[in-house]
Amino acid sequence: MERKIRVLVAKPGLDGHDRGAKVIARALRDAGMEVVYTGLRQTPEQIVAAALQEDVDVIAMSILSGAHNHLFPRVMDILRERNVQDILVIGGGVIPDDDIPALKAAGIAGVFTPGTPTSATIDFIKNNLKRSV
Amino acid sequence: MSDALSLADRARTGDVRARARLITLIERDDPERLGALSALRASARGSAHVVGITGPPGAGKSTLTDKIVSELRSRGRTVAVVAIDPSSPFTGGALLGDRIRMNRHATDEGVFIRSLATRGHLGGLSRATGETVRLLDALGYDDVIIETVGVGQSEVDIVRLADTVVLVSVPGLGDDIQAIKAGVMEIGDVFCVNKADRDGAERVVREIRSMLETAVMNGAATRFSELFAALADRKQAAREPENADARAHFSQGAAHHIAADGHGSLELPPVVATVAETGQGVRELVDHIKAHEAGLEATGLLAKQRRANLAWELGTEAAGRLVGLLEHEERREEVAALADAVLARCMDFHDAVAGVERSLAEAIRSKGS
Ligand SMILES: Nc1nc2c(ncn2[C@@H]2O[C@H](COP(=O)(O)OP(=O)(O)OP(=O)(O)O)[C@@H](O)[C@H]2O)c(=O)[nH]1
Ligand SMILES: [Mg+2]
Repeated sequence: MERKIRVLVAKPGLDGHDRGAKVIARALRDAGMEVVYTGLRQTPEQIVAAALQEDVDVIAMSILSGAHNHLFPRVMDILRERNVQDILVIGGGVIPDDDIPALKAAGIAGVFTPGTPTSATIDFIKNNLKRSV
Repeated sequence: MSDALSLADRARTGDVRARARLITLIERDDPERLGALSALRASARGSAHVVGITGPPGAGKSTLTDKIVSELRSRGRTVAVVAIDPSSPFTGGALLGDRIRMNRHATDEGVFIRSLATRGHLGGLSRATGETVRLLDALGYDDVIIETVGVGQSEVDIVRLADTVVLVSVPGLGDDIQAIKAGVMEIGDVFCVNKADRDGAERVVREIRSMLETAVMNGAATRFSELFAALADRKQAAREPENADARAHFSQGAAHHIAADGHGSLELPPVVATVAETGQGVRELVDHIKAHEAGLEATGLLAKQRRANLAWELGTEAAGRLVGLLEHEERREEVAALADAVLARCMDFHDAVAGVERSLAEAIRSKGS
């Protein structure tokens, strides 16, 4: 049976470019994962809907605009409303250290700031999946 | 209730997670799915109209699919999309980017979009595509759209799954039109020239029409030639207004008549110019897609085509399993021994092949018992 880690890479919020998200998407692909890329300006509702249709194991969000404190927890709220517990959710982008504890408390399992090597994100995903792939 | 039946039940009653999970199980070739698919009666095609969107990389297939979905939704139809992108042969990973163009439909409950990676399968589709399409059909989506990987000239398996194939071309590809000539042309039922906002679109439309004319005059076996012949027969034999309507509708607009050797007129499939980015021409394109289905239905060709396609799928699946049997250790050793015999000039090549066949037959017998 062929098993692959499936990841949704999404950019919530109003950021104008998605270079960082594309870099991580390619790195995950090169690590052998199937990456569904949804592009810019996704609402939390769209992100969750896409994640469910695509049956992904991981949601990886990237944000530069500073709206992470609102948008990341919002995604977690919608997942909870839909009773989804087995998707690993991680976030990256320009996120001040002070914000990280609250994001983790909200359920964002890993937070990756600029400069984190992509290999760290890949390892984190492999070691923290919430369901067996 | 067993797991399989509960999964089937949840999928049937609209649970998106259950639907998505079933597709994952299909992709993994996981036997756990079989009970659920059987309960959903997902083995044979039902009432969905399956439309294939194919064409070269970057032609705008996803953007077009997005607009086609909107048009179908405005006609009150529910739509499932299966979008296929290639896996990397080196890492096995894949970047599935078709969804970028369609994600505004993500929260519409009448739309279900799933991206599949080819996972080494050739032919422009993934191995799971056929079964996934039958599942989505059984779940009641009115239309199922398959977006193939960007094709060169040999990835034509889409004709085995789709009732209607839309072949998308674009201006500015230079030699690409040559690739189309080389064999992909035959697979289209409806032809679309996208990026009509760019220079040269009219020329591409003309070129496609002239290639179609040549193909028809040469009597080349195309997807559409059988349909046109059947529609003409029916019209002549019965003069049923219903068929005449379907035919008139199908040939309206882009399809046209030309004189051929003085023998009446030739009929060509529609060639529609679109600008997928703005939606221009998409309503007309959908009209032609639907008229094609109506034509197939009126002539009985829909059932005939599906029968031939299912037979092909059964054969392909069985052939795949045979290859799988050959990969068992024991078989591999037997086949290697035959190769040794050929290398030592103790056995002819074709006798060795017969030996492999006997070994396979033995494997099948012992599997059954
Ligand atoms: N000018 C113009 N650009 C278009 C049109 N339709 C799509 N595009 C652009 O063409 C590019 C490719 O579009 P896609 O829809 O991703 O093409 P595709 O055929 O699905 O690509 P693959 O799936 O990678 O083979 C995008 O940048 C689109 O914005 C159009 O009608 N006119
Ligand atoms: Mg595409």
